[in-house]
Amino acid sequence: MTDTVLVPPEHTAPTAFTRAQLDWLPWLEPLAVEAMTARHMASLVDAARVKSPYFRLLARDPDALEARTRTDKDIFYNPDAGLPRAERELAAAATSRFNGCLYCASVHARHAATYSKREADVQRLLDTGVSADLGERWNAIVAASVALTATPCVFGPEHVDRLRRSGLDDLAIADVIHAAAFFNWANRLMLSLGEPAAPAD
Amino acid sequence: MTVPGTDIDVIDALVGITPGSPLSAIRARRPDARAHAQATYRALFAPEAPGNITAQERLAVGAFVAGLHDATVVAGHYAARLAQSGASAALREAVDAATAEARTSGPYGRYPAGPLSREDTAGVSYRVGTAIRSTLGPRLTAAFEHVHMLVFHPRDAAPAALQALLDAGWSTTDIVTLSQIVAFLSFQIRVVIGLRTLAGRPPTREVTT
Repeated sequence: MTDTVLVPPEHTAPTAFTRAQLDWLPWLEPLAVEAMTARHMASLVDAARVKSPYFRLLARDPDALEARTRTDKDIFYNPDAGLPRAERELAAAATSRFNGCLYCASVHARHAATYSKREADVQRLLDTGVSADLGERWNAIVAASVALTATPCVFGPEHVDRLRRSGLDDLAIADVIHAAAFFNWANRLMLSLGEPAAPAD
Repeated sequence: MTVPGTDIDVIDALVGITPGSPLSAIRARRPDARAHAQATYRALFAPEAPGNITAQERLAVGAFVAGLHDATVVAGHYAARLAQSGASAALREAVDAATAEARTSGPYGRYPAGPLSREDTAGVSYRVGTAIRSTLGPRLTAAFEHVHMLVFHPRDAAPAALQALLDAGWSTTDIVTLSQIVAFLSFQIRVVIGLRTLAGRPPTREVTT
């Protein structure tokens, strides 16, 4: 048994939720680029991800990684109606805020702010937490994401009704469900296989 | 309930989605998410290359994760597949006993010291009971303790938790797969509960079709 836990290099751990770009340092050895087979490379889906230690670590189970990534992309990037991209990202950010994943929250708060142009509301979600008042439609999306993220889940008909009253159709509600559910997947990998680091000044 | 094989879409089966239904049409609008959620299920629970993790270990973890979520419909599926895999009655009872003793509610845990410390929430770090440990064996005992953290308090994750898995015989690659099993199930369970609720079905009762 030669496998070991990695000791990350000297770094500054972020102590607050932020929209700033963070690094991620693995606690287990990613595959070395030169050791990656064609199957490993294909599992990255985007070739540029070979630069990411996170994806090279997950590539150790290439079938699971590839299917994870293709699920992710359709939930967040499929442009066919449903929930606007900004609000899919809001559900991801709210889920990450509630689970406590600073890295995922930083990425998806950034996306939510970019697509919605509502930087102040997104920042309030990060600063105050999932009880922040973001206006009724966003409050409904955050509340649904949080109810689904609780373990056991406490998502119920009242959350569906509130989303409907906020103007979401059933495809949009299914998008909220999938976006929050997916970040329960992503948060657990990001939180448990490595740690975030603030960028060096 | 029916026990779908890996060629039947498991989310459709567990939600009770039939061809031509409104929810089937909604899932068809996100075809890659539907197909690749199923592909992930196959990769983790019926892998072409199982590596060092046995089918029984995968399904025991699956039954434990779903049981901790109190997600009856999904837990029934993994418990049934665990039984089909030839798991002993003793192992199945140990999984049930672990689930019963480990249940709590999350997410809880601690943040790095600083302004978020005011949000630190206390909760248990699960240790498998002595009566169950010998039946589970050292690998599954270490796995269940890690799985409980991932399910209920993932922000408490730390390198020492991974060292405990390495010490129990899980390789780096095995840990990636184990982590994917727990993380994927955290997604699958929520999609099933969410879509059942959207369809107006109780989220935690057995599928009757």
